[in-house]
Amino acid sequence: MKVQVDQSKCQGHNRCYAIAPELFDVDDLGNAFAIGDGVVEPHLAEKARLAVANCPEYAISIVEE
Amino acid sequence: MTTLDEKSIYGPVTNWQSDFDHADPSYNENAHAIWSELRGTCPVAHTERYGGTWLPVTHDLVHEIAYDTEHFSSRGVVVATVKPSDLPDAIPAPIGGAPPITSDPPFHQDARRILLPAFSPKTIDLWEPEIRLLCRELIADMKAADVVDAATQFAQHIPVNVIARMLGFPPEDGEKFRGFVHDVLEAINLEPGKRAEAFMALDAYIAKQVQDHIDNPRDDLTNFLLNAKIYDQPLSLQHVGGSIILLLIAGIDTTWSAIGSSLWHLATNPVDRRRLVDNPALMPTAIEEFLRAYAPVTMARVVKDDYNFHGNEMKQNDWVLLPFPAANRDPKEFENADQVLIDREVNRHAAFGLGIHRCLGSNLARLELRVAVEEFLAAFPDFELAPDEVVKWSVGQIRGPRELPVRINARTL
Ligand code: HEM
Ligand code: SF4
Repeated sequence: MKVQVDQSKCQGHNRCYAIAPELFDVDDLGNAFAIGDGVVEPHLAEKARLAVANCPEYAISIVEE
Repeated sequence: MTTLDEKSIYGPVTNWQSDFDHADPSYNENAHAIWSELRGTCPVAHTERYGGTWLPVTHDLVHEIAYDTEHFSSRGVVVATVKPSDLPDAIPAPIGGAPPITSDPPFHQDARRILLPAFSPKTIDLWEPEIRLLCRELIADMKAADVVDAATQFAQHIPVNVIARMLGFPPEDGEKFRGFVHDVLEAINLEPGKRAEAFMALDAYIAKQVQDHIDNPRDDLTNFLLNAKIYDQPLSLQHVGGSIILLLIAGIDTTWSAIGSSLWHLATNPVDRRRLVDNPALMPTAIEEFLRAYAPVTMARVVKDDYNFHGNEMKQNDWVLLPFPAANRDPKEFENADQVLIDREVNRHAAFGLGIHRCLGSNLARLELRVAVEEFLAAFPDFELAPDEVVKWSVGQIRGPRELPVRINARTL
């Protein structure tokens, strides 16, 4: 399982970074990106789902592999 | 408390579907019931007031307009008796008088980018100790009293002090700032000449502060803006002044309202108050839920050209209100939308807007709100609305308690 942030949709609400700092980081402009290659360890799967469900811009998606 | 400002040019509202007025005090007092009723009848209310204004109340419609910069301009974001199109000297789209909030694409993005780094989460986090200290000082000042006003003695001072420090403006001018904010956001229904006078006073004050920063540069946001460039040119003084006015106006009533409404909730819901005192780990979801349920900010747009919006014949230069607070209470988008659930984990609220104008100060606003609630609860773990006193709500697009007398039943220390 991987998380992805669609940079064209992200507006920097920072909900993802607050919910799951293990998975998301923010740049100098306050826009989010997935840490590393976005791989979600099983113990963080719930946090990943919450980040998706709380992003006001529908910018985050989960890719199952 | 249900009379209009005596200076208003309009009378009391007779019908919320066809003659609404968001500056009628009964609007903010009864907002949740009004939106709920409108959602069931017509999801887009209309009024002839302010030269023609529309009010969509569902999440879908608010979302659609916020994203549609082709038909809706941000040239005017505060509905008032004066329209941008009435002012021959007004700075036209896509720049507008207070970039980036009054700007449209493509200029908007470039004006916004200048300010983003100063408000990124990592820059803003550095302010936490100072904000906490400020809250503690305010609490120390009211420690002994049995009844305190959580709005006027506490909430309102926090954003005023923080933004004064960021801009490098005299902290003792706080009272003045609140006056300007009132003129811009609440005194919207005055006769147009009176409104123009209020703006002139604000412009003159800002010009003086900017000149002082040109003469005596220092390390603050005002000098940062004076040194900033757009398209390889320094920002015009007009742009600098407009952005400063925006930062001053955008952060004060809004954050004050968010803190006030959250404390109002805790004063009226002892179970939630106790849960938060006993289990501070609930704070993050509680804060997001207060932002959803009591979202303080409704924005506005101006219709660019005549446009049929879902059967509503909008005319060029009509106002459209964007009630993010109503979107946040739409039962189609949120389960149990009218219940305040401080452990709500799935909460895709739009308190800070949607799309390209997402509140630039949202990281700061969240920090101020969280620290204010934490410190108030730590000092006063038990409080309730003061019996025999009245809570007074704001009027206009920013909703929150302006007077919030609470009785302190337990204090630490
Ligand atoms: C709880 C407090 C706050 C709330 C609910 C709030 C809400 C909003 C909303 C809904 C917008 C979108 C405007 C639109 O769509 O036209 C906005 C924009 C903005 N806010 Fe806030 N705000 C708050 C506090 C602050 C603070 C503390 C600051 C800065 C000191 C600030 C600065 C701004 C700026 C500069 C914009 C314009 C962004 C742009 O147009 O790109 N706000 N705010
Ligand atoms: S929550 Fe969504 S909009 Fe906000 S920073 Fe994360 S990805 Fe971007």
